[in-house]
Amino acid sequence: MADQQPILSVEHLKKYYPIRGGIIPHTLMQVKAVDDVSFSIREGETLGLVGESGCGKSTVGRQIVALERPTSGRVRYRGVVISSLPERKLGPIRTSLQMIFQDSYSSLNPRKRVFDILAEPMLYHKMVARADADAEVERLLGLVGLPKDSKGRYPHEFSGGQRQRICIARALSLRPRLIVCDEPVSSLDVSIQAQILNLLRRLQKELGLTYLFIGHGLGAVHYVSDRIAVMYLGRIVEVAKAHELFAHPAHPYSQALCAAVPNPDPDDRREPLVLKGEVGWQVEKTGKREQSRGCRFYPRCRMAKPSCLGRDPALEPVSPGSGHLVACPFAVSRETPGKDG
Amino acid sequence: MIQLKKRAWSSESFGHIVWRRFRAHRFSFFCLILLAALTLSAILAPVIAPHDPNEIAGMFSAAPTAEFPLGTDQIGRDELSRLLYAARVSLLVGFLATVISTAIGVVLGLLSGYFGGWVDMVIMRFTDMVMSFPYILLVLVAAAIFRPGMWNIILILGFVDWPGVARLVRGSTLSLRESNFVKSSVVAGMSKAHILFSEILPNTTAPILIYATLVLAMSMLDEAALSFLGMGVQPPMPSLGNMLNGAQSLTILTSKPWLWLPPGLMIVVLVMCINFVGDALRDAMDPTSIHRT
Repeated sequence: MADQQPILSVEHLKKYYPIRGGIIPHTLMQVKAVDDVSFSIREGETLGLVGESGCGKSTVGRQIVALERPTSGRVRYRGVVISSLPERKLGPIRTSLQMIFQDSYSSLNPRKRVFDILAEPMLYHKMVARADADAEVERLLGLVGLPKDSKGRYPHEFSGGQRQRICIARALSLRPRLIVCDEPVSSLDVSIQAQILNLLRRLQKELGLTYLFIGHGLGAVHYVSDRIAVMYLGRIVEVAKAHELFAHPAHPYSQALCAAVPNPDPDDRREPLVLKGEVGWQVEKTGKREQSRGCRFYPRCRMAKPSCLGRDPALEPVSPGSGHLVACPFAVSRETPGKDG
Repeated sequence: MIQLKKRAWSSESFGHIVWRRFRAHRFSFFCLILLAALTLSAILAPVIAPHDPNEIAGMFSAAPTAEFPLGTDQIGRDELSRLLYAARVSLLVGFLATVISTAIGVVLGLLSGYFGGWVDMVIMRFTDMVMSFPYILLVLVAAAIFRPGMWNIILILGFVDWPGVARLVRGSTLSLRESNFVKSSVVAGMSKAHILFSEILPNTTAPILIYATLVLAMSMLDEAALSFLGMGVQPPMPSLGNMLNGAQSLTILTSKPWLWLPPGLMIVVLVMCINFVGDALRDAMDPTSIHRT
């Protein structure tokens, strides 16, 4: 699986949102929601994308499914650059990339029955004949573990977990290859979270799906992901195999994240790594010459040194040839991480 | 847009929920029945009216008798028959004007809210322009230019009443556009027409319907005002406004109440009923209380 062509790759993706104002409206400043993000996902793999609220992880997800267009950079699906294709030329790629949202309540049109929610996209794309729509909807409901008679009900008659199952069924109805899961379990109860995560894993195995799993809880992300990318203020600071990231987080931010995951073992007394300081800049005046302002994590980093302000650290392998990439020069130089954070 | 066959499913539809909750509003439900009765009698006016509304059947300004239950007007026409026909005209004007203005408002609001950018800019500035005209003056001038008459009044009222609807629909569209179910329709590759008319529009029907009841009441009042001023429905066609037109002198107001009380009361009752029905409709359709009952 390792040397396959990636199903999806993201190259130097940037998304800046303008802040407009002034007497003569013009762009005063811009929010750099995503600032030079690159990664790729292989077929059948799950890439976890973690980071705190507002770090740009959902923005990356929305650009992958072409809900938004990047300011610069590219999204490639099986080698085809989709980020610059106009909507009508997306064609079959449009249905190959689906998305599941965090808030399952607003994801379902309250005025439609489950049958219409699931059948309309399939009928629109003529993926199923009208006569077979009923059977197909029942099959989809069975796939996500809902009773067949759910199709006659309205979304508000379901619980949060069941609604999320309907959302998954709708995403599956178009036979996608890649599903962007944007915090699909964050708004659910812990016991329901596990059910949904297991469902996603089972579906991945049965249907050979690829996931980009966005989340801020490392526990859930770790459970479903093969690899995890950690984002901070619009940039990826570390990418590693899921277990590797947990065992040896290299970037000081990842270390703090891992330390924040609650551990049920009472004998495990770890020193909590509390992040101090302000979240750095993400808003910049326009018209200024692009200049590096150093590492974004600098204001909160416990290992910060004056040299960190000099340049923006690039993603580099932790040790030569390793798939574990980190954007911190100090993490690269260390052979073995001192502490298990 | 994909129309799917309706099936006999057990689950309660939105319409049912609204109806059930509407009935819980006793007074408004009574208003609805009264409104239905008045509307029906107006529609059936040719059948139930005792006289031809334009026929001079009795004495001038005669007090109510058995033959003329509401008396006769200044030129001896039966007041009851004229009242029934007037309600018919007023309801028709109000209803058609509301249909026209709601249709214009919904289309402009949807386009403005969904597409944003310069489309929104152009439509909303135009809306502001129409809104900023002194309303009754605009209608008066238009009525003077296009010759007063029932059909012209319908068109004039229809073409000046839409800005409120447009703003309302634009507002809901703006928020619905950001909702996840619209986004997932985009991701599912559905056409813009499908998204606008099948995903967004059904979710704005509640506020539109409620607002339409207000527009209906307002158009009827406007028609009455215009006809009272002689710029609306022209005699001999009766309307609630021009029936009041005859009752402008103090002697009539004090000594011959049957000339102005019935049409005046009719306007009050109709407008009040429509407003109460709209009010109950708002409560019944409030999405935040859908789960409560």
